[in-house]
Amino acid sequence: MARNGVFSRRKWLEKSEGFDLSLSDSHEAHVLAVDDSLVDRKVIERLLKISSCKVTAVDSGRRALQFLGLDEEKSSVTFDGLKVDLIITDYCMPGMTGYELLKKIKESSTFREIPVVIMSSENILARIHRCLEEGAEDFIVKPVKLSDVKRLKDCMLGQDRMESEDRGINKRKSCETSDILSSSPSTSPPSSR
Amino acid sequence: MEGVLQLQRQLIDYTTSLYNEGFLDDQFTQLQQLQDESNPDFVVEVVSLFFEDSERLLNELSKALDQQSVDFKKVDAHVHQLKGSSSSIGAQRVQRICIAFRNYCEEKNIEGCLKSLQQVKNEYSLVKNKLESLFKLQQQLSAACGSIPME
Repeated sequence: MARNGVFSRRKWLEKSEGFDLSLSDSHEAHVLAVDDSLVDRKVIERLLKISSCKVTAVDSGRRALQFLGLDEEKSSVTFDGLKVDLIITDYCMPGMTGYELLKKIKESSTFREIPVVIMSSENILARIHRCLEEGAEDFIVKPVKLSDVKRLKDCMLGQDRMESEDRGINKRKSCETSDILSSSPSTSPPSSR
Repeated sequence: MEGVLQLQRQLIDYTTSLYNEGFLDDQFTQLQQLQDESNPDFVVEVVSLFFEDSERLLNELSKALDQQSVDFKKVDAHVHQLKGSSSSIGAQRVQRICIAFRNYCEEKNIEGCLKSLQQVKNEYSLVKNKLESLFKLQQQLSAACGSIPME
């Protein structure tokens, strides 16, 4: 019953095109995208640009921290003019995982307020929960689509969150497809936020 | 005028067959939707990156499975990457073989891995040819359209 409402709402969201994620007329959102895959970086960059975002794409957690000026080993110049409004990162990366990057960002007093979104090709419930518990704003199951990027508007505008029903459902939807829940489709995991 | 219509029909039929035969899935459609006048070559660019990346990975996989003592973790890591990139461009058949391939890695089943490697090489080769043909048709169509005088 609630599910019917959810699906039709998602359809409505998916119908809207040319979604504009800019924060205001003058300020485009700046997104830091982290992914070790060249193909995925190209796709996420395009998805974000078509949604009116400025994008900086890096290939590792280490480079992401360097960009932010958080890397302990390398003192780098902070880019004052280029505030980051959202960080979107792959989970599985060699060296530092997306989860480890998430933790480092949430430990930083300067950057902990920046919403972090995790992407993963693997729909593992425990992984999703762990990321959300650690403070991730959202979890996207790859391959990333335009409708996923649209859902991120909320994070960056920092406005009233979408009705918790909707957000819960977005996360539950990805959870529902996982094997663990396949035997009991009517149950959904407790929201951890 | 006739040439253009024929080419359009050819393109539509060819594209449809690629979806029907499972070579491409919805993610490829997503990529096409990201292409516009400001980024007219987006799909070709992403697919080219996929070709380069896959060829590198297939080489690495051949080497890794040729070792005396196979490092299954390393093999799995490469297959994981290939699975990811094929999924991102909608190369469904390649992605599916990768899933089976990873299972063999987990089981440390060398024969299964070798079989999967052969299958993934075949599927990759097929989808590469198909996509190249698709792009060629698209080019022919745009050239034909371009040669029609406006007004």
